[in-house]
Formats: sequence, C-alpha cells, structure tokens
Amino acid sequence: MTLRLPHLPGLLPFLVPALLTGGGVALPLLYLLLRALEAQPGALQEILLRPKNLVLLGNTLTLLLGVLLLTTLLALPLAFLTTRTDLKGKRFLATLLTLPLAIPGYVGAYVLLAATGPGGFLPLPRLEGYWGALLVLSFITYPYLFLSLRAAFLGLDPSLEEAARTLGLSPFRAFLKATFPQLLPALLSGYLVVGLHALGDFGTVSLLRYETFSYAIYLQYSAAFDRVYAAWLALFLLLLTGGLLLLEGFLLRRLFLARTGKGAGRRARAVRLGALAPWAYLLALLPVLLALLLPLYALVHLASRFPRENLQGLSEAFFHSALAAAPTALLAVGMALPIAYLAVRHPSPASRVLERLAYLGYAVPPLAFALAWVFFSLKSLPFLYGSLPLLVLVLSFHFLAESLGPIRGALHQVPRRLEEAARTLGETPTGAFFRVTFPLLWRGAAAGGALAFIGAVKELPITLLLAPMGYSTLATRVFGYTQEAMFAEAAPFALLIVLLSAAFVGVLLWSERRF
Amino acid sequence: MLKGIDLEVYPGEILALLGPSGCGKTTLLRVIAGLESPDEGRVHLEGRDITPLPPERRGIGFVFQDYALFPHLTALGNVAFGLKGEDRLERARRALERVGMTLFQNRRPGELSGGQQQRVALARALAPGPKLVLLDEPFSSLDAGLRAATREEVRKILKATGTTALLVTHDQEEALSFADRLGVMRGGRLEQVGTPEGVYLRPRTPFVAQFLGRTNLLPGEGRGRYAETCLGSVPLAEPALGPLLLSLRPEALRLIPPGKGPVGEVVAREFKGHDLTYRVRLLGADREVLVQESPTAPYRVGERVGIEVVGEGVALEAKTPVGTD
Repeated sequence: MTLRLPHLPGLLPFLVPALLTGGGVALPLLYLLLRALEAQPGALQEILLRPKNLVLLGNTLTLLLGVLLLTTLLALPLAFLTTRTDLKGKRFLATLLTLPLAIPGYVGAYVLLAATGPGGFLPLPRLEGYWGALLVLSFITYPYLFLSLRAAFLGLDPSLEEAARTLGLSPFRAFLKATFPQLLPALLSGYLVVGLHALGDFGTVSLLRYETFSYAIYLQYSAAFDRVYAAWLALFLLLLTGGLLLLEGFLLRRLFLARTGKGAGRRARAVRLGALAPWAYLLALLPVLLALLLPLYALVHLASRFPRENLQGLSEAFFHSALAAAPTALLAVGMALPIAYLAVRHPSPASRVLERLAYLGYAVPPLAFALAWVFFSLKSLPFLYGSLPLLVLVLSFHFLAESLGPIRGALHQVPRRLEEAARTLGETPTGAFFRVTFPLLWRGAAAGGALAFIGAVKELPITLLLAPMGYSTLATRVFGYTQEAMFAEAAPFALLIVLLSAAFVGVLLWSERRF
Repeated sequence: MLKGIDLEVYPGEILALLGPSGCGKTTLLRVIAGLESPDEGRVHLEGRDITPLPPERRGIGFVFQDYALFPHLTALGNVAFGLKGEDRLERARRALERVGMTLFQNRRPGELSGGQQQRVALARALAPGPKLVLLDEPFSSLDAGLRAATREEVRKILKATGTTALLVTHDQEEALSFADRLGVMRGGRLEQVGTPEGVYLRPRTPFVAQFLGRTNLLPGEGRGRYAETCLGSVPLAEPALGPLLLSLRPEALRLIPPGKGPVGEVVAREFKGHDLTYRVRLLGADREVLVQESPTAPYRVGERVGIEVVGEGVALEAKTPVGTD
C-alpha cells in the first residue's frame, strides 16, 4: 500500500499564479535573445567583433574585482571586530555599519559629485570615472558582505579553532587554518550579492561616466537608438551575471564538501584588543563617516538651498513614486506567497525551478531586465507599453525575490504539523489557514511588502525605461537633476529616498522578531 | 509503506505500537487521523467507516512528537483551540487543571519547558473529548529522568478520562510499562499483538523476541514438552515437534562450575548494577549465548563455566511472515 498526498487539487490555486510568475521572469529574457538574433548575419558579425565590447568587458570586470577587493578589506575586519572582540559598543556599531545600505548608488554618486570639484564643499578634485564608481559602490555595498560574515562569525564553532591551538598552531595560524575556511561559504554568498549589485549598477556608473555594460546599454538605447546593439550588450551583461551565479554555485559546492559539522552553541571567547582598540574604532568610523555622515550632511546642506517654488514638484514626485511602489508591493507579495508556499510545503524540482526564476528576476541586472521587457511588451503587449500597470508589473517581477525572503522565513516557522494539529482539533483547511498559518505569516508578508515598496521607490533603471511619458518619480528626478549638475534641486528628492530606505533596515529587524 | 495491517483498539484501552524507526508506525497513526489517505484499506471508528472523512470530522485527538503547539497562542489558547461554545475557556481551564498546568495558562509555548509543553499538548488533544487519542512518540523529547514520571502521569490521566489511546514508540521499556496491550511492527507489517507479558514471554517471531529485550535464538528439534538443542534439552512453553527455532531469554540460563552439562568460556562480562550479563562461547559449537546472573556471580572473562537451563524456551514461527488476527 503506497500513500499519496490528500487533496492534490487544492494545490491548483497556488500552481497557476506561480507558473505565471515564472513566465513573467523567463519569457522577456528569452525574447531578448530572439531580438538580438534578429540582426542580419553581416551586421551580427560586425556587432560581435566591435573592439568596444572588449573595452566594456574590461571596464566592467575591473570595477567588479575592485569592488570585491575593497568591500572585503572593509567588511572582513569590521565583521571580526564587531563579533569576536571586546570592542565597546560593538552592537551599536554593527547597526551603524549596516545603515549605508539605505543609500542607493545614484544618490552616492550624487553626493560624490556635489561634494567634490569646483563648487563642492570638500576641497578635493572631482572624483569621476573608475575611482569614483569604485568608492561609491564599495561603500554602499560592503554591508551585504559585512552582514553575511557577521552571521558566520557568530555561528562559528570555536572548538575547531581551539583544537587547532591544542595541535600547536599560533593564534593567527589557527585563525587562518581553522576559522577562515569556515567563513568561506559566507564570504562567497556575500560576494555574490555584492557582485550582482556591482554588475547591475546603472545609476552610479552613468552619473560618474564610467563605461560599463550598463552605462553603454543605456547610451545605445536612449541616445543612439541602436536597439539591436543594446540587446546584444544586455545579453553580454546577462552572460556575465550567469557566469557569476554559476561560479558561486560551483565554488560553494566544492567548499561544502569540506565542511563536516555545524556551529556549536558555545560562543567563542572575545579577543582582547587592548592598545589596538583606537585603531579598531578608526577603521569602524571610516565607513560611518564616508557612507553615512557625509551623505547626510551633503543632502541636508544642499536641501537647505532648495528653491522653494519647486516644492510642488517634490510632492508630485513623491506621489508618483508611491503610486508605482504601493501596487508593486501588493503584487510582489501576491506572487511570492504561492511560490513560497510551493517551495516550503511541496518541495520538488519544479518548485525549486520556480523559486530560482524568482531569484533570477532579481539577479538579472535591472537595466537588462527592463530592456527585455521593453522589447517583449512592444511585440506582445503593445497596448501596455508606456503605461503605469506595465511599470508596476515589471517592478514586481524584479522585487518579488525581496518579498520571498521574509515570507519563506515566516512559512518555515509554520510547520505543516501545526496545520495538521488544527485539523485534528476540528478545523477545516481554510479555518486552519486563518487561525494558524496566517497569524504566523502576516508579519513576514508585511515585511516582504515593505521591502518591495522601498525597493521600488529606490529603483532607477526600470523606472527610466518603462515609466509613462512625463511620469517622474523621486529616483528619476535625482538622476535627471544630477545629470544637469543641479545639486540643490536634487537634494530633497534624494533625502526623501534615503530616509525611506533607512526604514529598510528597521523593517528587516522587525520581521526577524520571533514569538 | 504499510502492508496488510489489521489492528483493533478496544474502548478505554491503551495500545502501544512498538517498532524500529521507519517501520511505518507514524504513517499508520497519520492514516488513522486522516492526515494521509491510504490507497487501500479502511479505517473504522466505533463501527463507522471514517476512511473518506477529513481529519477535522473524525473526532480523533493527536499528540504530535514535537507537540506542534501554536506559537502565537498561550497555553490556554492552545487548549481552547478545538473547543466551541460560550464556555470554551472554562472547559479549557479545566483541561489544563487536569494536567496540572493551571499556573502556566498564560504562557506561550516558547516559555514552557519540554515537559510542560507535553502536558499542554495532551490537554489540547483531550479537551474536545475525542473518542480516540493518538500519541506519536510523546515522550521521546523529554529527558530520561522526566520521562518515567511523565509517562505514569499521562497514563493516569488517560485512565481517569477513560480515553482510548494508541501510542507509537520505539522505546520498548515505554511500550511495556505504558500500554495495556502492545503490537510490534516491522517493515510496515504488524508482527504480533498482545499483552506486554504475553508478547514478552511468548514472542512469535525472531524479530519480536529480539526487539523486546535480549534473547538467545537457538535451533533445535521439538520433542513435545521439550526440545533438544546445543544446550541440551530445554523445556518448552508450548509443546512442539520437529525442527524449530527457539527463543531462550538470558534469565532462563544460569552459570555453574563446569561439569557434565554444556561447557563454555566467558567472552565478556557486562555489569549493570542490578544484574550481570555474561557472553559465553560454547565449546564444541560455534555459538555464543547470553546468560543473566545475579550481580554477585564470581566468573571472570576467560574462565570455563557450565551452563544450566533453568527457564522455558519459546518455539518461534521462523521465516513465515506473520499476519495478525
């Protein structure tokens, strides 16, 4: 006698939206490929052999590697200092060090442009091009690596390091040989997030005029109107992103083979810093100063010079941002719920593919994703092109993954057994959902919605390509004014975005609260 | 995978299903509760076929292995979950009182110890007055010290409320001491059902004999009231004829100074305080037997000893898989 799952047809309401969502991510990307292959054979050869491609590839890769290196130099020691040492106030420092996440790349670039060079309040030459982009991207993305490494340091099994010491290794060698290998998975997953941001960044490189694939795609699309070449550049960028994903997956599998146990419950003894403490504070304050206080000072300082008569534009942009972001949040949660439900309750190869697709929509550089949707909608849904619903739809597909995280986490807190317990106590499946699942899930869903909302408010390239004519949001205003070097005009828009995004960190912390 | 299980639980009794992990005991409980549907076979409750009913309409309580308490509700809220009507909180309080948890009624599951959660889970399952309550390894997450006491308490509560209970466990001591009757499962089959004494003293298959306590399995030749084996002639609990497999408990054997009976050499000695188990290799036969002795037995490893049969052996139904009746 074999057993089957009861009530399989009950899965249908989950399966249909989940499949639609998967299609929404995958179809446009396929269409991008078709579109790129439309070129005449001669033109195709010319496009593929352009020397410019190699320059762009070189620029993109140097920026990627530079950002990975600089974020490591920042995040690794900071994660160590705030977890394994006796540094006073390390919890507070850790929160401060996470806050630069609230600054979108284009705001970082804006601050750098406004603060330096002629007219800037810092007596420094204007930092543009590679070094500017490297600094901005590193200082706003290092928190991802920092958080990942911190979690690893906290979950570390100290007995391995102790075992190494009893086998005769010096403290430093023990760290290198016993502890560091345990950190590698966290380092890699941090690198993946930072790398995806560096590859996908559009705002920073275009404002600082550093020619990477993203910047070149935008130029081809908006200025040169060479859409086929833009499609090809987007494909190159997609390949690069795919390569990064595969490399990370490959390395992670190799590394996990070497790991045997999970971290123990015991905490490691704090390392005493002694005379080194001032240096530790200095290092910790560097990013706080550069990525938090400097931008805030610049924004407030410049906002005070904002022409009053533009207030109308500010409220209009805020309204436009909210009008796009609120339905995006609802839709993203609506799509994330069935995918998370399938992934957690009915894990199968198919549900895993769906979940991967959702994450793919997030990992794909937003500019390439937006371009794919421009082509796709012009061909298949021309009546939607240039409308608010299309913008909302594409934003939802992109930010779906941000909602997925907290919802998935919350669903894991509602083991199937709890629903079963409710059933044996006389509840129908629907009753069990409302009395047990939902009360445990709503916090995660709310957090997922908030994250998608904030993400949509900060988002730039998708909005630039897909917003209706004349529909300017906070983000596009900052971008537009900064391109024209109208720094005072841009300031309140940027300030509003940063304040909204600061709520991001708060929402994350709140959603992780347990019963 | 369950194969041809035929099991009847009588009103008011506690029946324990015992088996190694993966033998299908939990699946059987889930089928009875309606959490999984069988491809074949029926489930009857008080003469009514409940196979097509969803779990909420079966009136069967379930105590999950990890208790599955609702983390967002207090102890009282958990117990009141399955109750309806104006007086539901009052009834929930009474149910909590029965398990001695009145003081903790406003705590959330996260603020309760394992034993306390266990009692709330039991109160929750019993509160709606189910005809049958199913318990899935209910004591396995408790400390060894707490286990025996909780077991006794739960048994008292079940008996006081007159609830019929079906418990699954892999702990033989638990099954023997907790249940009125017990069934031994293996590989999705029910091998034997009976009173704890009956199953322990009269195992029907080698698996049952070995799973409930330790035993010596010896081939022999039945001669009616006794059987001829390598230990000489062994009295049988039930008369049997022809070749057979014999289960002979270690306590049915005793060590004596080597004489004319079977002789062996002590291979290992396991002192357990209240008793002492010897492993003895028989001379002339390539076979080891377990002998349980009093803790004062003087024999050391390497010594020659004689073996005397002082108890009865049980003839097993070798090889043929056993259905039940």
